Amino acid sequence: MISLSSYLILGSILFAISIAGIFLNRKNVVVLLMCIELMLLSANINFVAFSHYLNDISGQVFVFFILTVAAAEAAIGLAILVTLFRNRRTIDVDQLDAMKG
Amino acid sequence: MTFIDLVFTFFAGMLLLAGLGVISSRNPVHSVLFLVLSFFSCSALWLLLEAEFLAIVLVLVYVGAVMVLFLFVVMMLDINITQMRQGFVRYLPIGALIALVTVAQMVWVVGPFGPEIFSGEQLNQAVKHGADYSNTKEIGGVLYTDYVFPFEIASVILLVAIVAAIALTMRRREMTKYQTPGKQVKVRKQDRLRVIKMDAESAE
Repeated sequence: MISLSSYLILGSILFAISIAGIFLNRKNVVVLLMCIELMLLSANINFVAFSHYLNDISGQVFVFFILTVAAAEAAIGLAILVTLFRNRRTIDVDQLDAMKG
Repeated sequence: MTFIDLVFTFFAGMLLLAGLGVISSRNPVHSVLFLVLSFFSCSALWLLLEAEFLAIVLVLVYVGAVMVLFLFVVMMLDINITQMRQGFVRYLPIGALIALVTVAQMVWVVGPFGPEIFSGEQLNQAVKHGADYSNTKEIGGVLYTDYVFPFEIASVILLVAIVAAIALTMRRREMTKYQTPGKQVKVRKQDRLRVIKMDAESAE
């Protein structure tokens, strides 16, 4: 019998991997977006695991909404990326300093 | 070790390896493919948790649509890989350190050394459902009654995403010739057509 904590540990390790990915690939916007997707996936694992172990279907409904919002976020993020590349010919985060932030 | 444990270990290991592949691949195309693998492994784990509807949605919608969109954009953009990899080794120690600290903290709380509630049996209220149990029907029953307003909001969010994505990427080229349907239907005969009276020409 797999305990709830196995799933929670799996989710936390996946979350840590995606945090490390954001640190390592800080110049490449595409990989940053992929790390965000991975992070949302780890949150979803937690939701589904709790939903199963507490025998409450609401957790899965929340995962449904998170998937919806994540798909919208990915679509808009990639659209911004394409526009950015068209105007600047690069997606290097270091060179995107037009706003002097 | 039962068969279920074996399945969980296999797919969890594959999920974590694929996650490591996503963040460490040299080529962004490989990263996307590793991400696809991690979504597949995760959907297998969700099947193990009896969340069949979401497992299928993850494969159909996420792998089938969102990841293909990612792949499309990554292949369309001409990314300078060597330039993008600068700083990878430099930030490796700090990234690994923060990841390890995060894992240690979270495992401390939810793991076997933490409170008894996560690893013990008192939280385990999972019910073994029979073959006639439909996960999709259950979700639908809640989604269209208790969560109908969030459901409508989600549809509006998707509409906004469509409009935003198209508005961001659509551009009008200067040189293209196109028709304006409004002007096309407003055309009258006397604007375009001229009837000239002239004598019939005779053959010499």
